Amino acid sequence: MVEFERVFKRYPERGEALSDISLRIAPGELVFLTGHSGAGKSTLLRLIGLLERPSRGQIRIGGRDLASLKRGRIPYHRREVGMIFQDHRLLPDRSVFDNVALPLEVMGVGHKEIGRRVRAALDQVGLLARERATPVALSGGEQQRVGIARAVVARPPLVVADEPTGNLDPDLSREIFELFERFHYVGVTLIIATHDLGLVAKMPYRTLTLSEGRLVNDSGGW
Amino acid sequence: MARSGARRQRSLHQRTRPAIWLAQHLASARDALCRLLRTPLPTAMTIAVIGISLALPAALYVLTGNLRLMVSNWDETAAISLFLRQEVDDATAATLAERLRERPELEAVRLIGREQALREFRELGGFEGAFDQLEDNPLPALLAIYPRNTQPEDLERLSAALLELPEADFARMDSLWLQRLRAILALSQRAVFIFAALLGLGVLLIVGNTIRLEILNRRIDIEIMELVGATAAFVRRPFLYAGAWYGLLGGLGAWLLVTLLLSLLQGPVSRLAELYGASFRLAGLDALALLLVVGGSVLLGLTGSWIAVERHLRGAHPV
Ligand SMILES: Nc1ncnc2c1ncn2[C@@H]1O[C@H](COP(=O)(O)OP(=O)(O)O)[C@@H](O)[C@H]1O
Ligand SMILES: [Mg+2]
Repeated sequence: MVEFERVFKRYPERGEALSDISLRIAPGELVFLTGHSGAGKSTLLRLIGLLERPSRGQIRIGGRDLASLKRGRIPYHRREVGMIFQDHRLLPDRSVFDNVALPLEVMGVGHKEIGRRVRAALDQVGLLARERATPVALSGGEQQRVGIARAVVARPPLVVADEPTGNLDPDLSREIFELFERFHYVGVTLIIATHDLGLVAKMPYRTLTLSEGRLVNDSGGW
Repeated sequence: MARSGARRQRSLHQRTRPAIWLAQHLASARDALCRLLRTPLPTAMTIAVIGISLALPAALYVLTGNLRLMVSNWDETAAISLFLRQEVDDATAATLAERLRERPELEAVRLIGREQALREFRELGGFEGAFDQLEDNPLPALLAIYPRNTQPEDLERLSAALLELPEADFARMDSLWLQRLRAILALSQRAVFIFAALLGLGVLLIVGNTIRLEILNRRIDIEIMELVGATAAFVRRPFLYAGAWYGLLGGLGAWLLVTLLLSLLQGPVSRLAELYGASFRLAGLDALALLLVVGGSVLLGLTGSWIAVERHLRGAHPV
C-alpha cells in the first residue's frame, strides 16, 4: 500500500529531515511511527499526502509512483488519503456537520448522500448529537474526533494521523486509539505518528522508529 | 489503490459528471452570495462604488442619446427660412416657390402662405382671439428652403442670393446652431467611451482588491480545502462568483441610479418642451445599453476577481 525506496527530504535551511528511508506497508496494516521531536515523523506523513515532494527517492502509494503524478492530479490523490492533524485543522466558522462534509462536497457528492455519510462518520466517532455545534464549542478530544470523522468520511483506503493525541490526556488518548483500531478491523490502512510510547507498547502493532531522519527500528509488532 | 479508489469514488456519487458540475457551480454561486450578504455594510459599499462608477458613463450616454433624438426631430426644420414682404400675396409667393424649386442647388422649397400662417398662429395656445380684432392679416408668407448643401459658407452665400430677390424681406438660418450642437454631441459621445473605459478600469481594481482581501482572510479555509482534496477550480470558484455577484449588483445599481436621474429630469424637460408646443419623453437605457451596462459590469467583476485569484491563489503551494 505504501512503499518508500531510498527517500530523502532535504530542507535548504535545515538540512536533511529524512535520510535514506525505505519501507513497505501492506494494505490493511496499522503502523505506529515514533521518534523524538524533530525526527521527521511529520515530514514522512506529509510526503505521503503529497503536501511535499521528496528530494530524492521513490514513493509509491497503492502501486502508483507519486513522482509521476502531475500537479492537477494531486487533489485526487489526497481524496484517497485521509489526513488527521494534531491541531485538527477544522474550519472554525462552520458546524461540525459541514466540517465533516467538506471532503464529500469537494468530490461533488449529492446532498442526500452527504447527509447519510456524514452522520455515519459522526456516529462512528460518537459525535452524532453535536453535528450543529461549531468546533470552538467542543473539547479538544471532541475536536480531534471531528477531524477523524472528516478523514474517514469518504472511506479512503489509507489514513495517516500526525500525533492525533498530542494534546489529550491518557484516557482520551486511549479512546482515540481504540477508534483507530476499529478502522483497522474494517481493512483501512493506518499510519499513526505518536510519541505516546506507553500506549504503543500496549498494542500489538508494528512500530517504526525514526531518529534524526533515519529509520532506526522496525519492530514487527508482537 | 488507484483502481479500488476509483471504484469507491464512483460508488460514492451516482450522479453524472454534468450534474455534479452544475450542482457544484450552483452551490458555489449561492455560497458566494451568502458570504456577501453576511457582511452587508462592506458589500453595500463596494456595490455602491461600482454602481456610481458605471452610472456616470451610462447617464452621459442616455443624455446624449436623448439630445440626439431631439436634434433628429429638428432635422425637419428648414436650413433657411425666407420671409417675404408683407405685400406679397399667396399666389405670387406660390409662383416664386415654383421658380425656386427649379434651382439645382435646392432640395425642396415649402411654402407657408399668409392664410396658413394665420391659421397656425391662431391654433397656438394663448393667441386665440388676438387676431380677430385685426382686419388685415399681419403675417407675411414664408418659404422654407431646404438646400442640398448645408455647409455654413454655402448657406451664407445662398441666403445672400435669396435676399436679392425683390419679394424677399429677411432670411433666418436655423441650421447653423444645429450643426454646432451636433459637433458637441459627437464630442460627448466620444467622452462616453473614454469615461466608460476609465471608470471600468476603476471597477476592475475595486473588485480585484476586494477579492484579494477576501482571499487573504480565508487563507486557512483554502488550505484546509486543499488538504481534503479540493481542486484548484473548486477553490477558485466561490471567489470568481463573488466577483460576478459584485458586478451584477453594481450594474443593476447603476441602472437604478440612471433611472432615478431620468425620472428627476423628466418633469423639467416636459415643461420646457411644452413651452415650444412640443412634448418630449426622455428615453431611458434601451435594452441593448442595459445589457451592455449590466453584462459589462458582470464581466468586469469576473475579470477583477480572476486577476486577484490568479495572483494570490497560484503558487501558494509549492507541490
Ligand atoms: N517546512 C520546513 N522547513 C524547514 N525545515 C523543516 C520543515 N518542516 C520540518 N523541518 C525540519 O525537518 C526536521 C523534521 O521535522 P518533523 O518532520 O516536523 O519532525 P517531527 O514531526 O518528528 O517532530 C526538523 O529538523 C524540522 O525542523
Ligand atoms: Mg511533527
